[in-house]
Amino acid sequence: MNLLQDANRKQIANRRKADVVFHGLFIFATSIGIIALMALLVNIMMDGLTRLNFDFFTSNPSRLASRAGMKTAIVGSIYMVLIMAPISFIVGVGAAIYMEEYAKKNAFTRLIQLNISTLAGVPSIVYGILGLTIFVQGLAFGRSLLSGALTMTLLVLPIIIVSAQEAIRAVPRARRDASFALGATKWQTVSRSVLPSSMAGILTGVILALSRAVGETAPLIMVGAATYVAFLPESIMDQYTVMPIQIFNWISRPQLAFHELAAAGIIVLMVLLVLMNISAIILRNKYSKNV
Amino acid sequence: MQANGTHSDVKMSFKNSKSHLSDKIVPVFLFMCAALSVVTTIGIVYTLITETLAFFQHVSISEFLFGTKWSPLIAPQSFGILPLLSGTLLVTVIACIVALPLGLASAIYLSEYAPQRVRKIVKPILEVLAGVPTIVYGYFALTFITPIIRSIFPDAGVFNALSAGIVVGIMIIPMISSLSEDAMSAVPRSLRNGAYALGATRFEVAWKIVVPAALSGIVSSFVLAFSRAIGETMIVTVAAGSTPQLTLNPLESIQTMTAYIAQVGLGDTPHGSIEYGTIYAVGITLFIITFLLNIIAMYVARRFREEY
Repeated sequence: MNLLQDANRKQIANRRKADVVFHGLFIFATSIGIIALMALLVNIMMDGLTRLNFDFFTSNPSRLASRAGMKTAIVGSIYMVLIMAPISFIVGVGAAIYMEEYAKKNAFTRLIQLNISTLAGVPSIVYGILGLTIFVQGLAFGRSLLSGALTMTLLVLPIIIVSAQEAIRAVPRARRDASFALGATKWQTVSRSVLPSSMAGILTGVILALSRAVGETAPLIMVGAATYVAFLPESIMDQYTVMPIQIFNWISRPQLAFHELAAAGIIVLMVLLVLMNISAIILRNKYSKNV
Repeated sequence: MQANGTHSDVKMSFKNSKSHLSDKIVPVFLFMCAALSVVTTIGIVYTLITETLAFFQHVSISEFLFGTKWSPLIAPQSFGILPLLSGTLLVTVIACIVALPLGLASAIYLSEYAPQRVRKIVKPILEVLAGVPTIVYGYFALTFITPIIRSIFPDAGVFNALSAGIVVGIMIIPMISSLSEDAMSAVPRSLRNGAYALGATRFEVAWKIVVPAALSGIVSSFVLAFSRAIGETMIVTVAAGSTPQLTLNPLESIQTMTAYIAQVGLGDTPHGSIEYGTIYAVGITLFIITFLLNIIAMYVARRFREEY
């Protein structure tokens, strides 16, 4: 009897020990992701901070690493967002309103919904192939700012639609019923009641989608964002470059001086993305208080 | 989608009120917006298929699928996709070896062990990892991971599959951990309490109760991460090189499907040439693989939802 109890105690002690060991392992595994992020940030800071000065923002790209700057890339990225934002906002939110407020629950609606979620999983370079075929060649927009912006619009649409759908779905049904009870039409209800109260959530999704587009490189390689643009684009049909493409170009060169430039460019890009994400978080917090 | 029943009822009773023009035009416009996603898909499939068919008039399908040499840009040209497939698979497998255990372990930690305070700090940090642009990961692979690898294995190339694979793995960790954590959080508390009442330890509850109960969700996060790793372009373009070859040696330079497409995109390959056609053939291969994986992930996740 005593022997049995000892064996039991031993087994329990072992199980407790396993619990502690695995607890440690799980913490360790979790911290690896965080350590990797820290290593990445420190690595980039150490490489790039020395190159980050005023001239870096005001100089055009150059064959000489010492004179190269990021002006055209920064302006190109801003132009791209300015073209993308209104188009993707209108189409994305429009699609979300249709799916949530107008669509009947039938096979076709389910097909669209399935399609939207599948599109989100298509590799971005495939969007690049699509943009190359349709915008650059098919519609003969060439390697222009417009082709790039439209390609990126298609890429971020699924993200915007899904997040806008969630925001619209979160609006309580009572709001719509109250509006209908006052005699409002469907569109009056949607545009004056549902949309305003879901707007913060929608904008959060749009900002996050745009920040994704600002960091994307692969599709723009396909639609020909040039790596060397010495002049600012003057119209939407002009050549352009964007920050990730410029960074990629600098990484691809073997000289160390260009790697430092790339790191400096990455710092600028990351700061911009962090700012966009912070504004999205602020919006989201404001939103969660309202509802 | 939810609002249909009640609203149409309300509308019925107000049928005599003047009909607004906006209520006729707006739905049509909104429908066109939603239909654009279907048009995009049709566009992708249509362009890939027509251009690939044109490509296969010059190159036989069997050469494409079973040829062991890929050199469409240099004479003598050959069009066997196997080297690109093996390169892609090599990087993806390395990425999964890194990401699956780490992602699952951090999901278990966040869902079962971490105090609320820790979770509130750690989760957003992991989310930041997911938001880092892939070109930044490419830089990290080339300037940080590769030198480490080369100091351990001196014969590793400047461009190698291992470095790219490890960093792709780091990139997909947050995806696995957040999707798996969602699945594990959805496991009802009563299941855990039952196990605790029987005297199980926390690890036993996590590993023998929660993980099996959330298995479909976890598996679907694995499949999605796998698909994401296959489609990743910039890390492999920067760090894995552009040497399509059939090898399983992770220290050698290889080329993946995505990196090849990017390589053609960077060059001045004339429109309509056979070389140009290769991006569609490779693109459709990539599209089919990731599409199937996404469907599988969706199917697995749906089975999971029905359990409760």
